[in-house]
Order: sequence, then C-alpha cells, then structure tokens
Amino acid sequence: MSNAPVDNGRRRFLTIATSVVGGVGAAGAAVPFIASWNPSERAKSAGAPVEVDISKLEPGQLIRVEWRGKPVWVISRTPKMLEEMKAHEGQLRDPASEEPQQLDSAKNPYRSKRPEIFVAVGICTHLGCSPSFLQGGFGEKVEGTEDGFFCPCHGSKFDMAGRVFQAVPAPLNLEIPPYTFIDDTTIIVGEEEGVA
Amino acid sequence: MAENSKAASGVVGNVINWIDDRIPMTRVWNMHIAQYPAPKNFNFWYLFGSLAILVLVNQILTGIWLTMNYVPSAEGAFASVEYIMRDVEYGWLLRYLHSTGASAFFVVVYLHMFRGMIYGSYQKPRELLWLFGMFIFLALMAEAFMGYLLPWGQMSFWGAQVIISLFGAIPVIGEDLTQWIRGDYVISGATLNRFFALHVIALPLVLVILVFLHIVALHEVGSNNPDGIEIKHKKGTISEDEKPKFKFHEYYTDKKDIVDAIPFHPYYTVKDILGVAGFLILFCWVVFFSPEMGGFFLEAPNFEAANPLKTPEHIFPVWYFTPFYAILRAIPDKLMGVAAMGASIVVLALLPWLDRGSVRSIRYRCALHKWNIAQFVVTFVILGWVGATPQTDFKTILSQITTVTYFMFFVLLFVYSKNETTKPLPTRVTK
Repeated sequence: MSNAPVDNGRRRFLTIATSVVGGVGAAGAAVPFIASWNPSERAKSAGAPVEVDISKLEPGQLIRVEWRGKPVWVISRTPKMLEEMKAHEGQLRDPASEEPQQLDSAKNPYRSKRPEIFVAVGICTHLGCSPSFLQGGFGEKVEGTEDGFFCPCHGSKFDMAGRVFQAVPAPLNLEIPPYTFIDDTTIIVGEEEGVA
Repeated sequence: MAENSKAASGVVGNVINWIDDRIPMTRVWNMHIAQYPAPKNFNFWYLFGSLAILVLVNQILTGIWLTMNYVPSAEGAFASVEYIMRDVEYGWLLRYLHSTGASAFFVVVYLHMFRGMIYGSYQKPRELLWLFGMFIFLALMAEAFMGYLLPWGQMSFWGAQVIISLFGAIPVIGEDLTQWIRGDYVISGATLNRFFALHVIALPLVLVILVFLHIVALHEVGSNNPDGIEIKHKKGTISEDEKPKFKFHEYYTDKKDIVDAIPFHPYYTVKDILGVAGFLILFCWVVFFSPEMGGFFLEAPNFEAANPLKTPEHIFPVWYFTPFYAILRAIPDKLMGVAAMGASIVVLALLPWLDRGSVRSIRYRCALHKWNIAQFVVTFVILGWVGATPQTDFKTILSQITTVTYFMFFVLLFVYSKNETTKPLPTRVTK
C-alpha cells in the first residue's frame, strides 16, 4: 500500500468507468440469451403456404386447414348468411374493417375476395382460443342473426365475416390471411400477389 | 446438540468441534432452531409455513424423479406421461404426488397468506417479509403454469395459449413479446422445451432462494402471533421474573428483553410434526382415492393430446388460478381485463402500506374490519367458482360484482384503518 493521499476524484472516475464498462459487457452478454428465445429459422421456414381444395365444399360448410400452426377456416357462405350480415352492423365494433386485420383485397363488406367463400384465421383476437362455428344456433347469442362464431373461452362473438360484436372481450375482427384463388376450386393460403 | 462449540466431548463431540471450527454449524442450529424464540401462543394457523416447505420438498423430489422418464418434446411429451402412468414402476404414484402436490402447495400457501391477513403479519416491521412472500407466490404461479404445459394435453395447450396471449394486451410491444415467449407463431415444441427448462431448473432455484430469504427476514424481525403484539421489548424493561426460563440465543437476548416465548425446537418442531401428520392423511387420501379431484386438480380435456386446431368446449385454468381468471373475464375489454387481473395481485403486495392501522390482529380491530375480511373470503370463493365454470349472463354479472368487492376490501381497509376504533391491546399474549 502506498501512503500517498487518497485522490477521491480519481477513485470516483475509476468506479464509474468500471461500472459503465461492466454494465455494457453485461448487457452485451445478455443479448444471446434473450435473442435465443425468438422463433428459430426452422420455425420461420415452417410458415409455407398451403393449398386448399374447395371443390367439395358444401354451402354452409366449414373446413379447417393448418397454416403456420394456426387453424384457418374456409367457409362457403349461403345467400342467407350474406343477407343476415347487413342487419347487425350497428352492433359491431369495426363494421367497415378499418383496423388492419386484412389486406386491402378483403377490405369490403364481406371481408373476402368472393362473397360466398370466406377465409379467416380461426383464432380469437382476445386470448387466442379457436371460436366455435354456431350454424343456425347463433340466434341465442345475437338476436336476429342465425349464424356466427362464439368463443367458448371468454364469450367473444363474431359474425359470418369474422367481424367482432360490441361488449365482448375481443378487441378486433378475426384476421384474414393472405390467400389467392389459383382456379375456381383451389385456394392457396399464405400467398397473395405482392405479399410473401 | 451442544450448547456452545467447545462444550462437546467424546468422539461425536470431537467431530462437532472439528466442524464448528470450520463452519458455524452449532451456532446456526441454535440461532435458528434450538434457541430461536417463538411466541408461545401460536395456533392452528401457524402450521402452514412448515407445511409449505414440506410440499416444496415433495415437489422437488418427485419432480426430479419424473424428469427421469419424461420426454420434453411436442412429439414425445404426451406419450411419455402415459408411459410414466402405465409402465414405469410406481410412476403413477410419483406423478400423482407431484400433481396433487401442486394443488396442495396453493392450499397451504393461500391459508398461510390468510393467516398473515387476519393477524396483520404484514404490518411494520414485517413488510419485506410479506414482499418476499408475494414474490414466492408469483414464482409459484409461474412454476405451476409452466408445469401444466408439460403433459401436452388439450388443457395444457389452450391454457398456455390464453395465458401467453395476456401479454399481447400490452400496447405496442405485446405481439412481439408473445412471439418471443412462445418462440414460434403458436405454442409449439419450442415453447414446451423452454417451459420445461424453466420449470425444472430456473424457477425451483428462484423459489428455494426466495424461501431462504423469507425465513432469514422472518428470523430477523421475529414471528408475529395471534394477538399481534410484540413479545420483544426494549432492553431493561422486563424483570428477570417475567422472562421465560428458556435459553435463547444471545443474538436475540442481547438486543431485546423477550417475554412469552418458547424455543422453536423442541416445542414447535413437535407441533409442526402433528400438522404434518394431519396434512399427510388428507394429502394421501387425495393421491390414492381422488387424484383428479373431480376435474379440479387434473382436468378432463388434458387426457387428450394437444390439438392446435381445436379449442376444448370449455377451458378453465386449474382451480388455484380461477379467482384471478374470473377478474380477467369480468371485464369486456382486453387491456383492461389483463390490467385488472394484474392489479388484483399487485394490490395484495401493497397490503403493508394500504393498512394504515397499528393494531395488527383481527381480535382487537373494529367490527368493520371483521366484516371486510369475511366479505373478502366470500368474494374470493365466488370468484374461484365463477372462474372454474362455464360463463353465463348471471355469472358475468356476479363476477363483475365480486371484482368490485375484491378491490373494495383494499379501499375500505385504507379508509377505516386511518382512524380505527380498536379494542385495548393486552400487554402480554393471551391464549
């Protein structure tokens, strides 16, 4: 130990410099630990588009396909279902699809490319459950509307265009994935012109 | 064990002396067990701390053994749990001890917390002790939640889907945050693997460290008691006649004059063993005769492997989360619902500062306080029931009313505790 007088200024400088350098080092060391929780390359590449054959889809029927691990619904809507949707627009949160839950190609009253074929991600926008399709049984949830989707988890309600009703926990309409008709009876889900 | 490190003799004594010269074994034993002064009037409610430690040991032991046969992958998890149940010798017992232990943990922790509430054990100077307890409660909830994903059944999958989506309610960063937690666009094998790692290593480590800190903090301030009055008095204020005739460690007696205390060992070790025996009778009854507890401990949809395309018709968390889940469901707005659920736990942690009274025990507090605690118990039970059963219009309204009464408990307490009319406190502990 030297007997030189204590230089407090130098001591403070060294303490701060050491703390800062150590802190930067700790933050840098934390990066790999935190980043390793992001989806891996394999998980990212698993999101390939899927082809759906709708030639056997009956009016009023719903089929489920898996895209990026999520359920995607393809529904053939009957003229009656399309007609009903106009009646309850006053009870919806976002009747005109202002929120970006769809691409512009689906930003229309039916939220679809063709009125009769409805494609949507079947995941409730509240907390991620998959709502049930109440065909003909939706009337007890919303008067005057026979068909719709009801989430069993927390009671959110959606109409046949996946538009959310007011006074339910879900904040947004159902998400419409990008999709393309490659011919009259085949859809590709996950791909649309100009969208990966 | 020896009174002090140099008094022991003989072979055993020599070994003890050899150790005591190198690590303070005898001193720690005396300070925290054999000569630790505990109030002499502990009642039934004081059994649940030691029972929580017993359950923690059970969870760690059976958990280690379960990992020996469990396969943490989306492909193998469900089948490996069935393998444990059917083919591994006593695998069914290890699993039921672990799954029943999870529920038992919450039973004893809720009773332990309730004890703290009725006797004001969170009040000054035990605020930090209460906070460590709340951190234990949080870690325990995370531990239970992650453990419930591991069997990879339908309820595992969809329960995790709902709970992780809660983070999506946070503005701006929510969506990216949920993706970061899942490690995928949906719950997947990546989620399962990281939850496994956290469940078997990270959180148990955190829990054990927090329990250690909880006990260190307890021994520094000393236990509260059903009368809520101090047994440690200013040095020199108590005559020798009044002091108990037990030997307490100098660490405590040098600072304070202590009355109405008995050494933790053998008095409370014996009492706790009685509690352990009673607890094990009930615990084993569940393990052997009703491990599913009518769907409350293990839910029926979880006997079906996870299916990401189909939500079970009704999904509920396990019973110990349902009161908080009911608060979430009561509010028809995503962000507000999540915020209310978070607040219902945070507000518990703030109890030491919300209660502005200085009288601790319910025995000497005003009638309104008794009613308030009673309504809180009823509220908690109703919320738990509503959260565990399918939603109807009536139950939605009921859950909204009880959400209000839940928070009213804390608001009322804050208001009346400022100028509360209390009964006179005894100077010494009663029975």
